[in-house]
Amino acid sequence: MDRVAIVGASMTPFGDREGEWLRDLLAEAGAECLDDAGVTADAVDHLYVSNMASGELEGQTGAPNMLAHDLAAQPAYTARIDQTSSSGGAGIYAAWQSVASEASEMTLLVGGEKMTHKTTGEATDVIASLTHPVEYKHGVTLPSFAGLTARLYLDEYDAPRESLGKVAVKNHENGVDNPKAQFRKAVDLETVLDSPIVADPLRLYDFCPITDGSAALLFCPESVAREITDEYVVVSGVAGATDTHVVHERTDPTTMRGVVESSDQAYEMADRDPEDVDFAELHDMFTILEFLQFEDLGFAEKGEGWKAIEEGRTERDGDLPINTSGGLKSKGHPLGASGVAQAVEVYEQLLGEAGDRQLDDPEIGLACNVGGFGNCVTTTILETPEAE
Amino acid sequence: MSDQADSTTDNPEMTAYRYPDGSITYPGHPRGPGGEEPVGTVDLSEYTAEVVTWTTSTATPPGVRQPNHLTIVEFDVDGVPVRALGQLEEGNVDIGDTVEPVHVDELRDPEKGIREPESQDWDGFQFRPVE
Repeated sequence: MDRVAIVGASMTPFGDREGEWLRDLLAEAGAECLDDAGVTADAVDHLYVSNMASGELEGQTGAPNMLAHDLAAQPAYTARIDQTSSSGGAGIYAAWQSVASEASEMTLLVGGEKMTHKTTGEATDVIASLTHPVEYKHGVTLPSFAGLTARLYLDEYDAPRESLGKVAVKNHENGVDNPKAQFRKAVDLETVLDSPIVADPLRLYDFCPITDGSAALLFCPESVAREITDEYVVVSGVAGATDTHVVHERTDPTTMRGVVESSDQAYEMADRDPEDVDFAELHDMFTILEFLQFEDLGFAEKGEGWKAIEEGRTERDGDLPINTSGGLKSKGHPLGASGVAQAVEVYEQLLGEAGDRQLDDPEIGLACNVGGFGNCVTTTILETPEAE
Repeated sequence: MSDQADSTTDNPEMTAYRYPDGSITYPGHPRGPGGEEPVGTVDLSEYTAEVVTWTTSTATPPGVRQPNHLTIVEFDVDGVPVRALGQLEEGNVDIGDTVEPVHVDELRDPEKGIREPESQDWDGFQFRPVE
């Protein structure tokens, strides 16, 4: 079977895009992605939009058809991919399936969300609406799940509170070198640990911001990619999985079964092991999630993920750099765009296009996109065509 | 079998479902382990529970008290562990403490959130330490 390639990638600046709405953001990223690949819209067979809540946040539905018209991509088949915060990763899976099944020879995936016009409370409530009724009525939020889990993790594994703060420091430092990140400002550990409590024991700097933004990827068979360009990457592994909807029903709240299952399948599909991965983009919506995914992806034993940040392993010059883009923490988290933007960072790193944050000739990168509090997860492995 | 986990009655129950393999979940689901239908219910409000973890949330959504103390607890129902999430009356617990469920008529203001007020119940059980 022909491998599936990615021949174009783009990302709008993330942050407060005042005066611009979902339609503007999607069109900006989509058009730039087609330009990056040198492909015209009439070549697009399938067009997917990853988005969680444009109806709830903006009163705009029907985004895929709207984007197809704005890019002059009709009569392309369109669909919206909603998997909450992992809509982007789910979009990658759908785009890969469309090309691998030969239903489409050119698939454009655009993820996006417009959020900053809402108050923090309103945006938090829209996101919390993914919870079960017995959770929602107690006023639970995704940040409060993070607080509950962080307390348990620190207690069970005797991890220092400072290690979570160091994740924020690292990802902010990476964000400084990402011209499209929402926050391009370094912070020190003292600032992180002295910031206001949001969900005890987690503080303001343990959380990602509310963000507007969009990102896009263009997929086609590798045989077509070779005709278009010398600059492409291949999707060697991609898989998705779910965990319980009701978070407290999990036997071990510090293990994300969706991460374990999806990554096991992605590694098998790519014929790779965790040791083969050169770098990764993880879903650090909250600092504690970087530890949980690091462990559940097989990069460390259970309860030892926090040691990686203490030993400098996940720094940009470490043996397994994590979130060179700045992560959701610094780059921002426009829900439906985030999973796509993770893959954009992996694409740019593999092609040597990551500017000041460029790693030294990586060949294999992984992106883990998490929805809910681990409720649904997609893991994607991208490689250079000649990766060994 | 209805899905009224926290129905407002004179004697409100915290209803969990029991499945053929002996496991119990709160809330109940139409199908349990192995795809089996539930075979009975358990009223968790008759039991005490142990605090698994807790947090105090200061950034709460519209209609939710601020701060909002939350906990995940574990009941021991004749040797079967059952977990639940709920508000704490106050933020005065630690991991391992024993708590008891206390019924509250309205846990948040249903008119102020994004969810349709008629789509679910809003009463339920907070937890407080057992003296």
